[in-house]
Amino acid sequence: MLQIAAIALIVLGLYGILTQRNIIKIILSLNVMEIGINLFIISVGFVEGGLAPIFTSDNASSTLNFVDPLPQALVLTAIVIGVGTTALGLALAKNIYSKYGTFELDEMGEE
Amino acid sequence: MKNFLALVLALGLGVMIYLTLNNNSLFNDYGDAVIEDRVSNEYIDRSVDGNTEEVIFGESEGLESGPANTVTAIVADYRSFDTLGEVTVLFVSSLGVALLLGATKQKRYNFDFHPNFMLRTGSRALFGIILMTGIYIAIHGHLTPGGGFPGGAMIASSMLLLYLADDQFRAKIKGFKMLESIAGSLYVLIGIVGLLAATYFLENFLDTGVIGNLFSAGIIPIVYVLIGLKVGSEVSGIVDNFLTEEAV
Repeated sequence: MLQIAAIALIVLGLYGILTQRNIIKIILSLNVMEIGINLFIISVGFVEGGLAPIFTSDNASSTLNFVDPLPQALVLTAIVIGVGTTALGLALAKNIYSKYGTFELDEMGEE
Repeated sequence: MKNFLALVLALGLGVMIYLTLNNNSLFNDYGDAVIEDRVSNEYIDRSVDGNTEEVIFGESEGLESGPANTVTAIVADYRSFDTLGEVTVLFVSSLGVALLLGATKQKRYNFDFHPNFMLRTGSRALFGIILMTGIYIAIHGHLTPGGGFPGGAMIASSMLLLYLADDQFRAKIKGFKMLESIAGSLYVLIGIVGLLAATYFLENFLDTGVIGNLFSAGIIPIVYVLIGLKVGSEVSGIVDNFLTEEAV
């Protein structure tokens, strides 16, 4: 069920990128798509009734039923890179706004 | 018409992903992942180098990777080189933002309202608490959920609070640039020390101690705190770039 929700988010993001004509909305769609993909990657490592992969005084042994830590580590990387690309995209959007006075792609170039 | 085509394309992709993964013998259903078959099992057992003993919290000593948090063990130890590349990507993106928005800006954007005494004092009181929580999360990254990246993001969010609550406030951005360069260089230097003192780049050359102690896991807490400082100063620099303009 969670994986279907993640695929739905990916589809929603792709639809937004293809149809929106506003730069901010395009960047938002990219972020929705990224969240969908991250959710999907994490869901791949889930085990029914699994524990978070952290040793504590309650869950003290490596023989316990932990969930897969590798997708979580990969998603940590993906989130940070998503922040970087979003910041770069917003900086580009700000420059475009100061030049054309609008975020709408259709209204650019008309004086 | 164009919207309809886009809808068909997006839905087609979604259905394709679903059909490929549904009833696929190579892809387990949600919740049925078998960790024993995966490489992650060796990360949990700390048995990449052939350790066969059970790992016990607070007792196991001198493991190949010391953090109690297995995700930290992967991010900052097994895949540390990958994390160095990731930090570089964040550095390049903050460099790109500074290049696009102009790095020599001196003036803050003016707000439509003037922050009153309560807002300024309250935000400064909250600033300390958020900053301390961020540093705590970065330091305890090898024991509890969290680590350098969330901790750095919290440090940057405390700076963002000051920026939003007071339109006269401006951080000493040169200090941030210095801190960021020092933290990044130290990360690479620690890696080179691993290469010289031991056998390969970013090898853990310190004693890993007892799993679960604050002073354990060798270089991993040091590296993660450096990452936290670097991420915090980089994101603070991005915030400053977005909220300032060139002086006329």
